[in-house]
Amino acid sequence: MSGVRHWLVVAMAVTAATILLWRAVQLQIIENYFLQDQGAARHVRDVTINAHRGMLLDRRGEVLAVSTPVDSVWVNPSEFSPNAAELQQLAGLLGLNSAALDRTLDARSQRKFLYLKRGVSPELGAQVKGMGLDGLYLEREYRRYYPAGESAGQVLGFTDVDDVGREGLELLFEQRLAGSPGAKRMIRDLQGRWVENVESIRVPHPGETLTLSLDKQLQYLAYRELKRAVTEHQASAATAVLLDGRSGEVLAMVNLPVLNPNNSSERRGSALRNRAVTDLFEPGSTMKPFTVAAALDQGLYRVDDIIETSPGWTRIGRYTIRDVHDYGRLTVAGVVQKSSNVGTTQIGLALKREVLWSYLDNLGFGMNTQSGFPGEGEGLLQPAGAWGPVEQATISYGYGLSATALQLARAYSVFATGGSLPEISFEPRPQWQAERAWHPVFPAKVTREVAAMLELVVGQEGTAKRAQVPGYRVLGKTGTVHKSEEGGYSADRYLSLFVGLAPASAPRLVLAVVVDEPKKDGHYGGAVAAPVFSRVMGGALRLMNIPPDRPETFRALNSLQGDSA
Amino acid sequence: MNRLPRIRADWLLALGLLLLCSISLLAALSASGGDMAQLQAQGNRWLIAVLVMVAVAQLPPTLLLRWSPYLYLAGLLLLIAVAVVGDVGKGAQRWLQVGPIRFQPSELMKLAVPMTIAWYFAERQLPPRLHELLVATLMILLPAGLIFRQPDLGTALLVSASGFIVIFLAGIRWRWIISTAVLAAAAAPLAWQRLHDYQRQRVLTFLSPESDPLGTGYHIIQSNIAIGSGGLFGKGFLNGTQSQLEFLPESATDFIFAVLAEEYGFIGILLLLATYSIIVSRSFFISATAQSTYGRLLCGSLTLTFVIYILVNIGMVSGLLPVVGVPLPLISYGGTSMMTLMIGFGLLMSIQSHRQMFYGESQ
Repeated sequence: MSGVRHWLVVAMAVTAATILLWRAVQLQIIENYFLQDQGAARHVRDVTINAHRGMLLDRRGEVLAVSTPVDSVWVNPSEFSPNAAELQQLAGLLGLNSAALDRTLDARSQRKFLYLKRGVSPELGAQVKGMGLDGLYLEREYRRYYPAGESAGQVLGFTDVDDVGREGLELLFEQRLAGSPGAKRMIRDLQGRWVENVESIRVPHPGETLTLSLDKQLQYLAYRELKRAVTEHQASAATAVLLDGRSGEVLAMVNLPVLNPNNSSERRGSALRNRAVTDLFEPGSTMKPFTVAAALDQGLYRVDDIIETSPGWTRIGRYTIRDVHDYGRLTVAGVVQKSSNVGTTQIGLALKREVLWSYLDNLGFGMNTQSGFPGEGEGLLQPAGAWGPVEQATISYGYGLSATALQLARAYSVFATGGSLPEISFEPRPQWQAERAWHPVFPAKVTREVAAMLELVVGQEGTAKRAQVPGYRVLGKTGTVHKSEEGGYSADRYLSLFVGLAPASAPRLVLAVVVDEPKKDGHYGGAVAAPVFSRVMGGALRLMNIPPDRPETFRALNSLQGDSA
Repeated sequence: MNRLPRIRADWLLALGLLLLCSISLLAALSASGGDMAQLQAQGNRWLIAVLVMVAVAQLPPTLLLRWSPYLYLAGLLLLIAVAVVGDVGKGAQRWLQVGPIRFQPSELMKLAVPMTIAWYFAERQLPPRLHELLVATLMILLPAGLIFRQPDLGTALLVSASGFIVIFLAGIRWRWIISTAVLAAAAAPLAWQRLHDYQRQRVLTFLSPESDPLGTGYHIIQSNIAIGSGGLFGKGFLNGTQSQLEFLPESATDFIFAVLAEEYGFIGILLLLATYSIIVSRSFFISATAQSTYGRLLCGSLTLTFVIYILVNIGMVSGLLPVVGVPLPLISYGGTSMMTLMIGFGLLMSIQSHRQMFYGESQ
């Protein structure tokens, strides 16, 4: 071995070492940052931790809406390659069509994420995961359940597939219910296992559990009675709003038709609408007590002033205003009791139009109640300047303006508060806080006087005997409204109304009942809406533990109602 | 005074190996994610390998010279036996089971071939004549061909290399070297056709790893990322995300360099290469100062083979060379490879420690 050859070998070894060293410099120092990012991109993921949505409870702590954990099955199509038998089995478990599934997977083969089925039970999720298919994953999600079902359908609203509030109180309280999702940085190995909790970026904060002012039992009671009335009278729709008139809390809010909120496929059109706040109607005769109260407050009339209503009709310009009968001479109280349009017109026209408008405006007509409920209607109350004598006359008995059932019920709360308008609330709150928001409209003396007239309405001579509640004194007003249609008012399509309060000795609960287009067995408010009022109010008084203020009538009315049933 | 038998060893070489042993044990922990059992296993391998190395170092070179051809013949027979009855592991027939012992005869040939070629030239006049070269070439290609058929391209090439290095060191004429190189280049397309699909794929992948990042290019891309993300100082012990999370394939064996690079960075790699340099320099010194032709040729071949191992493994892991199954010498897991290398260092120590000091006395 020559010396040259030996040094050649050494030189080769040194060259080789130099190349390796240069390569290390190249990879570790020059391209270092690029390759560090490449490394992170392959295995570091920031993962969202879905926050648990808060529950909705009723005022007694009963669950109205709860999010339960479910699993959503998703695949990474580029990793997911089951054989035919596995695909068949998977489709079977998930209740999917295996041929359609195969086509979908083919079409999305370049994607990284595809939901196969969302919201399956954790048991089924575990079963699917147990098949051990590569590229198939579960995501923990939450699905909303509404134990009250149809009875609280629209008022609660619903959440979408991502458990985000989309309608109703779920939407109104979205911010508080949703909480904030957390995030964590995880590291995933090649087998797709989550190996390490590298760091928690944000801790998920579960949403607030909200106690609502609603009462699940009252909600159900109102639902049951409305349904019964709709069936009995073949009505097209119906609404009931029950308020605590003194606090403005909504105790129940029910609409028909309604569908099961737990079945998302049924969420369609008209059944979604919370008619109590969205639908406008002319309140008709239920407005008369306010016209009368305004006139009393202005000192234009006293309770026992006599008003001539003969011959049962009167002319205002080209329009004729009629009563059902010729009531002859009526006291102011009698006008309310008999619901005389002619008498109310005289009282209404005695008021300055701006003054009447101002009372109605203070009662909350023509603006929404600020309840915040999504999609709430404002109603229509034309400015007084636009009123002619005809408008002023019709508005005084409830035509030519429109309102929601919630607005109407709130306006009637003045009989519970001694003349003030409360603020609507879907959450219970202490009485002192509610009273701070009271907005005075009438002096207490006036509302007391009108309340006494309204008690006559449900008396033996009134229009709504069937609104009576055994054991309690109630007050209220019927309304039978001709529905407006193109070019005027319909002759045979009615809205049957009753709005009232109980107990009359210290009014607290306010209930408005609206039955839309009853087609059978009567259409008068006293015949259709009043019985619903009676049963719902009766149940509510008992459930709210309000002591009877007319206990001696328990038996008598029970037998009376037994006869009529 | 010299009553006690003297333990023959080369202490500088031993120091280099001790350093490498420490790195190896650290790497065993890193690659297994801190598994003490793996540390224990690697430690046991080192213990046995060191004992065998010391034992080999006690054998006098004359004995080694005499045994060389028999070792070669035995290895050849075992290779034939493997071809007939060997176990199949990872798609290749490499293992031979004898009772409880399972080993690869091809590993034996990594030593037997250079020993035998060195033996062949030891008694002859150098530089060798043409017919002697042909005989030597045949002695190399026979086992290399059997190993290639297993198929194990990497080992076949390494065994061939260890033999041809001896021929080169023996003093082959430059014009023959050049003509052989030309001939080899001409035969390359033919050899390409003889390769197995996976072997061809490896070469293609080496040429363009990004063409198939999820398939065969995966190893190279992942290991480049691992090495690159280590940076100057590394991510620290057990903090290498690429390797700890199993993105890096074969992290304990062929790709262990990437694990070290990711966790200990450029500084760590420098230390590793420095340690290798100590061992290689000392080995070169031993071969250059060997007193017999046999010793010089054998030591030179063993040293260069060791260098080639390092070069090929690191080159492969860092994307300079195609992926061939060559472990990082003395660091990767694997008892057989370590045993072969340590016996090689035993041979080097034997050559070095049996030098006779007579010429120092005579001057």
